[in-house]
Amino acid sequence: MQNTSLQFKKQVTIKLADVRLQDALSRLQSRFVGGRAAVISEIHDLEETRIAAAAIRDHALNNLDYWLQHFEQQATARGAIVHWAETGDDVNRIVTEIAALHNVKTAAKSKSMVSEECGLNDALEEAGVAVMETDLGEYILQLAHEAPSHIVAPVVHKNKEEIADLFAEKHHTPRKTDIAELCREAREILRPAFLNADMGISGANFLIAETGSALIVTNEGNGRLVTTLPRVHVAITGIEKVVPTLEDVTTLLRLLPRSATGQSITNYVSVLTGTKKPEDHDGPEHFHIILLDNGRSSLIGGDMQEMLRCIRCGACMNHCPVYQNIGGHAYGWVYPGPMGSILTPVLGGIENSPDLPNASTLCGACAVVCPVKIPLPDLLRKLREKQMQLGMKSRQETFMLKAWAWLALHPRLYAKATAIGVRMLKLIGGNKKLIHTLPGAGGWTDGRDFPAPAGKTFRELYQQGKHK
Amino acid sequence: MNAREKILARIRNTQNPAAVATAQTIASHLAKHPRGPLPPQPNNLLACFKERALKLSSDILETNNINDVPALVAKYLNERKLPIRGVCWPALATLRWNDAGLEIQSHPALPLHNPLPQAGEEANELLRKFNDNDLVGITGAFCAIAETGTLMMLSGADTPATTSLLPETHIAAIDPKRIVATMEDAWDLLRSENKQPPRAVNFISGPSRTADIEQTVTLGAHGPYRVLLILVPINE
Repeated sequence: MQNTSLQFKKQVTIKLADVRLQDALSRLQSRFVGGRAAVISEIHDLEETRIAAAAIRDHALNNLDYWLQHFEQQATARGAIVHWAETGDDVNRIVTEIAALHNVKTAAKSKSMVSEECGLNDALEEAGVAVMETDLGEYILQLAHEAPSHIVAPVVHKNKEEIADLFAEKHHTPRKTDIAELCREAREILRPAFLNADMGISGANFLIAETGSALIVTNEGNGRLVTTLPRVHVAITGIEKVVPTLEDVTTLLRLLPRSATGQSITNYVSVLTGTKKPEDHDGPEHFHIILLDNGRSSLIGGDMQEMLRCIRCGACMNHCPVYQNIGGHAYGWVYPGPMGSILTPVLGGIENSPDLPNASTLCGACAVVCPVKIPLPDLLRKLREKQMQLGMKSRQETFMLKAWAWLALHPRLYAKATAIGVRMLKLIGGNKKLIHTLPGAGGWTDGRDFPAPAGKTFRELYQQGKHK
Repeated sequence: MNAREKILARIRNTQNPAAVATAQTIASHLAKHPRGPLPPQPNNLLACFKERALKLSSDILETNNINDVPALVAKYLNERKLPIRGVCWPALATLRWNDAGLEIQSHPALPLHNPLPQAGEEANELLRKFNDNDLVGITGAFCAIAETGTLMMLSGADTPATTSLLPETHIAAIDPKRIVATMEDAWDLLRSENKQPPRAVNFISGPSRTADIEQTVTLGAHGPYRVLLILVPINE
């Protein structure tokens, strides 16, 4: 997928003015924020479980070479074929080759964010393979030629009226607005796609080294269908998704659905190991697993390694006041929200996404809800430091910061300057105590008023208090 | 160097040597597969399982006699005006479905009465198409998990994964003795009874669902619209 995060600021302005998007985003909060809050307390000792989960991910990442090879060995012993891909283009080439090898004409696909990184669908279509997205959200997006705006709920930006129009137009059926009827229509249209597909394509939420298995969580059942019915199954995932044992993955599973959708467990958890046996009546005859790097290995051993703990629950974006207001598309690549504001620049080059590390108030909500305790605000701050070191900040920002730093090193002058400053701001604020335009901070006051200070600095008030 | 070697080399070149585990630590982790923090053991596994399963929109019926299962299934389907035609796993094919007014065929068919073509693509094609027209799928389960009200299904020649997946109604017979507390207990049961996981281990927690449109939960996405759990002692 093309990274368009250079246009972040422009996109934000558009998204903030998009009434339908704002309506859709307001629903996200009640369902996901409220949903998580309702079930996360089911976990007996949440903090202990989060610490254990982070430790499992850290151990896997600290020994990533070992666990990947162990996984490969076990998966191969059970009849799967493991491929390694440096880039998204390599994934596309490998999948296209697999399709050609097995004479694949049609593919049914369940949701995979890693395949979005690669732009796999376009590559397969070019190679003459018809691809059908089968996750309801992804199917809607495929019909609308749009990209997902959320890693768990990809079509969160659309309301049912838009989907009703889309189905009526593309399916040539009477327009339906009942959500259950829309779902039924999609089921009936997609069922033959599952039954007739030559190849199933899925992601993998985890790889289990102990057994050489790929684990997939789904609610709709499409993940089970695409990994059971077609004669070829291709699972594509990032190299960081490996965990050592079944017990390790079980600890992570207590956190993943609760953090993602507020479910104690997803309807289906499938642990897939190897190919069908001769006596089996279902299951793929060929099972290919593609491990994508795409920049991930460059994080190992560095100050961003903690980001690779991520289990893609989406809790950070659900709880992020920035995401809640602008949605996912503004971020410009596959991964939005706080995790995306880190992953996009570190995987795609910080120079291509200069605004993303700054698209956060550092309020800390994301770090509080992250099931694997990724210090997201710290990582964002590290990226900002890197930008400063690389001279990527604007002249104005650099000048302001330098001026402030100089002033802060001269305490008496600082006291005088701030004392004058707050009095002036109080005057500008007037009776309403609100400032509508502030020279040099127009970006801030264009969208809202700046509350005027009380007219005295902290140090003045402190001195007053001491004499009482 | 190929992609595999390049990726592994990059990891080895930059990984923090102080954090790399010893071969002994890794071997011990694999051998002992330690558990993470666990929920407290429920006082009553059966009650806990039922409570959780109902929360996930599964339906539950209970009986002490396996021979009563066809009548329970017939009552359940008739009350909801659902089709009475479907498939069951071979182990359940000897129950008297016809007597209860149901048209239930073994899936896969019992080899003695209705031999299938040799296993392989042709057999698969037949079964897939055959199964998709059937609106009820009746299965057993490897075990059930009280913590989340979940069924654990192992794929196999006589326990096809499609039976619980393609029909609109999935009915599973579970022996209450096979309810364990947690997924960790289920893995231990698997390790003690099977040497390795089968091609597919499917954990099922209620009917398939989607909330993709306006975050509104709708039951029956691509899998079953409803799941009926019948708790019944099963003699092996």
